Amino acid sequence: MQPDIEYQIDIKMGFKRLINSKKILAAFAAVMLMSTNAVMAADAAATPAAGAAATDSGDMWLGVAYYVLLFLLGCVIIAVIGKILKVYDLTLKMQGKKGINWNNIIGIFCIIFLVAGLYGAYWSFTEQGTQILPEPASEHGVQIDQMFWVTTAITTFVFVITQILLFGFLFKYRGSEKRKAYYYPHNNTIEKVWTIIPAIVLTILVVFGFFTWRKVTNTTEVKGDINIDVTAHQFAWEIRYPGKDGKLGQTDYQRFYSVANNLAVSPKDRNSYDDLRADTLVLPLGKSIRINIHAQDVIHSFYMPHFRVQMNAVPGLPTFFKFVPTITTEQMRQRLNDPNFEYLLYCNKICGGGHYNMQKVVRVVSEVEYQEWLSHQKPYVNDQVKQEWKLAEASDKKTPTESNRVALNN
Amino acid sequence: MSTVAVHDHSVSHDHDHEHHHHDTFITKYVFSQDHKMIAKQFLITGITMAVIAMLLSILFRIQLAYPDKTFPLLTTLLGRFAPNGRLDPEFYLSLVTIHGTIMVFFVLTAGLSGTFSNLLIPLQVGARDMASPFVNMLSYWFFFGASIVMLSSFFVQKGPAGAGWTIYPPLSALPKAMKGSEMGMTLWLISMVMFIASSLMGGINYVSTVLNMRTKGMDLWKMPLTVWAFFLTAILGILSFPVLVAGVVLLIFDRSFGTSFYLSDIVMNGKLLPYSGGSPILFQHLFWFLGHPEVYIVIMPAMGISSEIIAVNARKPIFGYHAMVYSLIGISTLSFIVWGHHMFVTGMNPFLGGVFMITTLIIAVPSAVKTFNWIATIWRGNIRFTPAMLFAIGLVSFFISGGVTGIFLGNSALDIPLHDTYFVVAHFHLVMGSAAIFGMLAGVYHWFPKLFAGRLMDEKLGYFHFWVTFICAYLVFFPMHFMGLDGVPRRYYAMTEFPAFNHWLSVNTFITWAAIVAALAQVSFLYNFFSSIFFGKRATQNPWNANTLEWTAPMEHIHGNWRGDIPTVYRWPYDYSKPGHDEDFIPQTVPLSETMSSNLPHDFEDNPAGLEIYNEWAKANRPSEVK
Repeated sequence: MQPDIEYQIDIKMGFKRLINSKKILAAFAAVMLMSTNAVMAADAAATPAAGAAATDSGDMWLGVAYYVLLFLLGCVIIAVIGKILKVYDLTLKMQGKKGINWNNIIGIFCIIFLVAGLYGAYWSFTEQGTQILPEPASEHGVQIDQMFWVTTAITTFVFVITQILLFGFLFKYRGSEKRKAYYYPHNNTIEKVWTIIPAIVLTILVVFGFFTWRKVTNTTEVKGDINIDVTAHQFAWEIRYPGKDGKLGQTDYQRFYSVANNLAVSPKDRNSYDDLRADTLVLPLGKSIRINIHAQDVIHSFYMPHFRVQMNAVPGLPTFFKFVPTITTEQMRQRLNDPNFEYLLYCNKICGGGHYNMQKVVRVVSEVEYQEWLSHQKPYVNDQVKQEWKLAEASDKKTPTESNRVALNN
Repeated sequence: MSTVAVHDHSVSHDHDHEHHHHDTFITKYVFSQDHKMIAKQFLITGITMAVIAMLLSILFRIQLAYPDKTFPLLTTLLGRFAPNGRLDPEFYLSLVTIHGTIMVFFVLTAGLSGTFSNLLIPLQVGARDMASPFVNMLSYWFFFGASIVMLSSFFVQKGPAGAGWTIYPPLSALPKAMKGSEMGMTLWLISMVMFIASSLMGGINYVSTVLNMRTKGMDLWKMPLTVWAFFLTAILGILSFPVLVAGVVLLIFDRSFGTSFYLSDIVMNGKLLPYSGGSPILFQHLFWFLGHPEVYIVIMPAMGISSEIIAVNARKPIFGYHAMVYSLIGISTLSFIVWGHHMFVTGMNPFLGGVFMITTLIIAVPSAVKTFNWIATIWRGNIRFTPAMLFAIGLVSFFISGGVTGIFLGNSALDIPLHDTYFVVAHFHLVMGSAAIFGMLAGVYHWFPKLFAGRLMDEKLGYFHFWVTFICAYLVFFPMHFMGLDGVPRRYYAMTEFPAFNHWLSVNTFITWAAIVAALAQVSFLYNFFSSIFFGKRATQNPWNANTLEWTAPMEHIHGNWRGDIPTVYRWPYDYSKPGHDEDFIPQTVPLSETMSSNLPHDFEDNPAGLEIYNEWAKANRPSEVK
């Protein structure tokens, strides 16, 4: 008897609270509406006086008020649903039944989430997964992509299985007063199994990854490599090709950096004199390319995702990346059925306000086209550079700066 | 001084503790030395910082979703940082930087460890307070100061630091390189030094409390996994944070005193600057020597909290308690030798890259063991879906989803195309961002009665909060993987300069709206949290029927935690649903002698005398089982 009365009282209270809270919310909404009206009125009053600017700001606040109201409406709806649930729960209890069984409801939510989530993941794989980078346009890129697909297969399998187990168990073993959980504190055999299996899988991935990585990065310079200097600064790339000798002149920032000689090429190196300056990064098909990467101000990153190439450009620490392009721009255009396709080089390390637009077109062409293009590039050493060299060497004699270095890099 | 006072209590426990202290408002709420109050201070500051960092993320998400639209409101709110209704590109970078810094350090390090280590270590190991309550108080106030300094950078002329949360020099070292490297960066560095001081003071306290102040019977292998996790986290912090101080101090020297630790051959505005001989890579080594343990400092407390909550609510012992502890120890140890995986393509010697790849992928093994153990714990459980349980499960789900992509990024060969793309953003937001914040929320829902004298948070609102946040987090971060696989770099102000990225614009808009919905859902948490402090339902002494010590302490907060003696501990904390016992939990304070019917031979592994008694009892009562 007594619990019933209590429930009834509870219910009354619940209704009362529902009504009260509704009143409060309605009042709040009314105030909000009124203030919007007031803003609109003020806006209307201000318009003739202040002109277009005021209208803009009026519109703006109107828009804000609109979204705020929308949000409050959402809150009211959630509050009402909450109250309804509460009342329903109390009614059930009043009728002598058990209240809402939240364990069941959440259990069902879990299974719905599992199914919807897996479908969503599948949809994402098929929809967005097809918009990823096209096939790699370099020799080592093929190996990296193989590694990638093997890893994707393994991890997707693990992902799906573990999520199914997780949410499946949540549904299957949702709480009930009739049951008691199974006391199962440990099992060393199972522990060993699921320590060793991931260890084996990871060992395989590590071994293959290690060899792929060594192959990609453990490169030495061999005869016939095409050396290209790429120098990054905020927010552009400078490109220098070697001349007939196939060798790039060395740089020396401390002594030879100047306006025209902005790559600080040193006159001491006889290879400097026939170097070429270029606007585009043009690469011959199937040749081993060694990009020497420099930075002048902050760290940038030399990123050419189509070739699976990335290496940071670090001031004071020249880096390099060696690779062989295998697909010309023209071939890639045909394969992608996109006549405007271009390979791109862009910066991938935060470098300042213009970071988001620090790009350069990269073209892969046949050997013949490459030689033809190269013959049209301007020499790096022009009259102005020569003049600045002379100035630098003159001031060098006055104040030798050799011993300026505190420590050596590398 | 106060330490002495606390010890006094434990001796003269017959006095009522309140009589000794005449707390003024200042000593009770402001400069409190009570670990429970300090925990609340950390939590509320952490929540405040989290809300701020979340709003910052919404600002830059709006920019990414609508790169061509103008929002006059932004100019009204942000003034010179958003001229003509659009964010300034450099301010965009500041937003990203401060979002990351606040979330990683102020929310998930101080907010998480600060709250729950402070609250739970003394209560779960059975101590009156921290080893040094005064240092504990200092720890909070240094943290508070650091927060203020960090936020104050929004009010300087050129705006906050903008070189990314990793503040790589030379970008951060050269004030002329960007606006965010001027005064804002100085404030960032000052704030971080204060933060590290705070973190060290906290960490030393946690370690010494766990090692020295456990109650009778509480040996290390009877500690709950939460305490294990906090303990190991504190050790990681103590060992790694000082290295960041070193890096930061050298950076301050480079910025302000003309040294060249990180700088060499720098040209700025067409002029060669007088730096030579330094190495930017040095900073990265120093930074990531902290930075990688840091991600485990973020996730391990969340793992500990989840382990505890999952066991309590599945009404089952955590599966493989020892394996869980050893995997935590394994992760802690390995976390110090994997930092180089952040630097595969920085120009570090490629052979080193190979070595770091091996250590990195090894760390996946203990992580996998933890995941399997959580799943085994819920297997054949009797799962009670409290909001805390849901958030703990959310952590497991995120940890899996974000963890598997770590296998891509830890592989140096795959890192070449993926480094610094949205793939990385997706990876760490799932595995450490969302997972850790879910662990923290789980802890808040679970221990709310311990934080705020016996109140409970509203369950239904908690369910709503969980499902919306959980689904939206996946909607936000899952598509980002594919953007990364298309070579879309992170920290780009807009993708509009790249026609090839046009097809991601609709995805960006979608992500932004999912993020906005997730952010709005947090209002339900904030409302629930703050209203429950005052009007929450009253909890019973042990609302979750849990075994750990904190639920034996009185609900109202008293100085010294327990009236009279500190309870003695007789068993491990995970005797849930033990067969032969009438209830489905046996608190740690119940001696084995009182539960003869449910004892197992295993309970007496290191106690031969007890085993003898058990065998005799078994002979008399269960003749069939004795050989």
